[in-house]
Amino acid sequence: MEKLINDFSFGLFIWQVVIFVGLIFLLKKFAWKPILDAVNTREEGIKNALLSAENAKKEMENLQASNERILQEARMERDALLKDAREIKEKMIADAKEEANVQGARMIEQAKASIESEKNAAMAELKSQVSSLSLEIAEKLLKDELSNKEAQMKLVEKMLGDVKLN
Amino acid sequence: MVISRTPLRFIFVAIIACFSLISFANPVVDSTKVHTEATHAVSDSLKRTAHTTEATHAEAGHEAEANLTPEEKEKQQRKEFINHHLLDSHDFVFNANKETGEHYGFHLPVILWDNGLQIFSSEKFHYGEKVAEHNGNFYVLHHEKIYKTDASGKLNEEHGHPTNVKPLDLSITKSVIGILGVALLMFFIFSSLAKSFAKNGGISKGVGRIFEPLVLFVRDEIAIPNIGEKKHKKYMSYLLTIFFFVLFLNLLGLTPLGFNVTGNIAITASLALLTYLITTFTANKNYWGHIFWMPGVPTPMKIILAPIELLGTIIKPFSLMIRLYANILAGHVVLMSIIALMFAFKSWIGSSLSFGLAFALSLLEILVAFLQAYIFTMLSALYFGAANEEHHHDDHH
Repeated sequence: MEKLINDFSFGLFIWQVVIFVGLIFLLKKFAWKPILDAVNTREEGIKNALLSAENAKKEMENLQASNERILQEARMERDALLKDAREIKEKMIADAKEEANVQGARMIEQAKASIESEKNAAMAELKSQVSSLSLEIAEKLLKDELSNKEAQMKLVEKMLGDVKLN
Repeated sequence: MVISRTPLRFIFVAIIACFSLISFANPVVDSTKVHTEATHAVSDSLKRTAHTTEATHAEAGHEAEANLTPEEKEKQQRKEFINHHLLDSHDFVFNANKETGEHYGFHLPVILWDNGLQIFSSEKFHYGEKVAEHNGNFYVLHHEKIYKTDASGKLNEEHGHPTNVKPLDLSITKSVIGILGVALLMFFIFSSLAKSFAKNGGISKGVGRIFEPLVLFVRDEIAIPNIGEKKHKKYMSYLLTIFFFVLFLNLLGLTPLGFNVTGNIAITASLALLTYLITTFTANKNYWGHIFWMPGVPTPMKIILAPIELLGTIIKPFSLMIRLYANILAGHVVLMSIIALMFAFKSWIGSSLSFGLAFALSLLEILVAFLQAYIFTMLSALYFGAANEEHHHDDHH
């Protein structure tokens, strides 16, 4: 301790304090402030650049995601459309089939009805023809038959016999 | 569990600091002892050659000196050389030839405050061998201290210390030259670094560029972790200046120019004093509250703790002062002793071995130079951080 006190040079102490404090203020003005400011701005710049790059990347990802989504949606829409179309087609076919069936059935019915009526008409015609023919025949026969008395009698008898038989 | 890094780092630094203290503590004590004994050895005469007499010869006085063998004389000379180196000097001497009394170097101006400024060249002292006369006053250089005497140059000594009047010595000593040189060098390096930033759009260029990582290191590893992101800015100038100042002076001390600036108690005292003043004047209410009225302890304890805490604020910078001084001084003593061993051995094995040892130790000293600059700055930052700590006791106590 004694040596420490003995070694202590007050003049050197004063010089040191003066020079050192002066050095602090000089360096503060000419070195530390500009250096730290420059470093800070540089770091800020780097941080901002990194941040913006990150943001750009995120945006890109978002864009990609939304693209994907849109594509997905389009695909789904297409599928839905196709499905709808198929359904419509099937429905149409089914409807058409049914319609055709109904139509066919009706036509057949109509045809059957017309055939029936035609047949009936034809039958009626035939019947009238047959009756007129048979009347004519009967007339002619009767004219022939009834040209002689005998034949007339025979006929009457025969007819009576038929009636009896009936 | 989260382990914060700051206390771990602090413990690490503290261990390193203690390590260097322990490993170099003994040589320091030894050197002090030798020196003090050497100082005691000087009796009341003005025979300045006697002031390095070995401790064992101290009692015998000067008569014994004449009986010394040439080897012992050499030994003495080496010891004297080392002791001389550790002190500040009024001359810039690179080498001296004891036999012919020739000195290779130059004289430095002596500035004294003794009834007005007294300025003259240290040539008048002739390396402490003569009494300097200036403006009718007589001065004597004894152990690199200037005393006022009469024409005969007689010093009145008591317990080995001269009692003559010591005028305020503002001389441009070797250490002042070293400080000025380092200050100029720092100004040149860092102002050019600052300019290169502006010139190259935020990217440094040139010589100063080497120091840019160190500047960032001080900011990111010392200032911000210890003081905090918000408040570190106002301390940056001081921390950066002190870091590079101590580092450069430590490294300057390792050059063969023979500077021993950071190993001088006046230098470390001024640095520690500045740290203390800055801590004291920038401290917030919370810091003073902790010192005078420690929260969270019983009132009697508060009264006991206050003086202890107050003493602690002074001990902290005091330890800063002693740590740097002792480390650098011890490094110089050990290194120079080992270099002296090279000459003492006078055999090719021993000398080359001590050369290797000196070489290894020089490398270690470079590490110590960085480490001590780091520790000084680190602890200063720690004290500033403590002075600026915000109130956060409610969640602790």
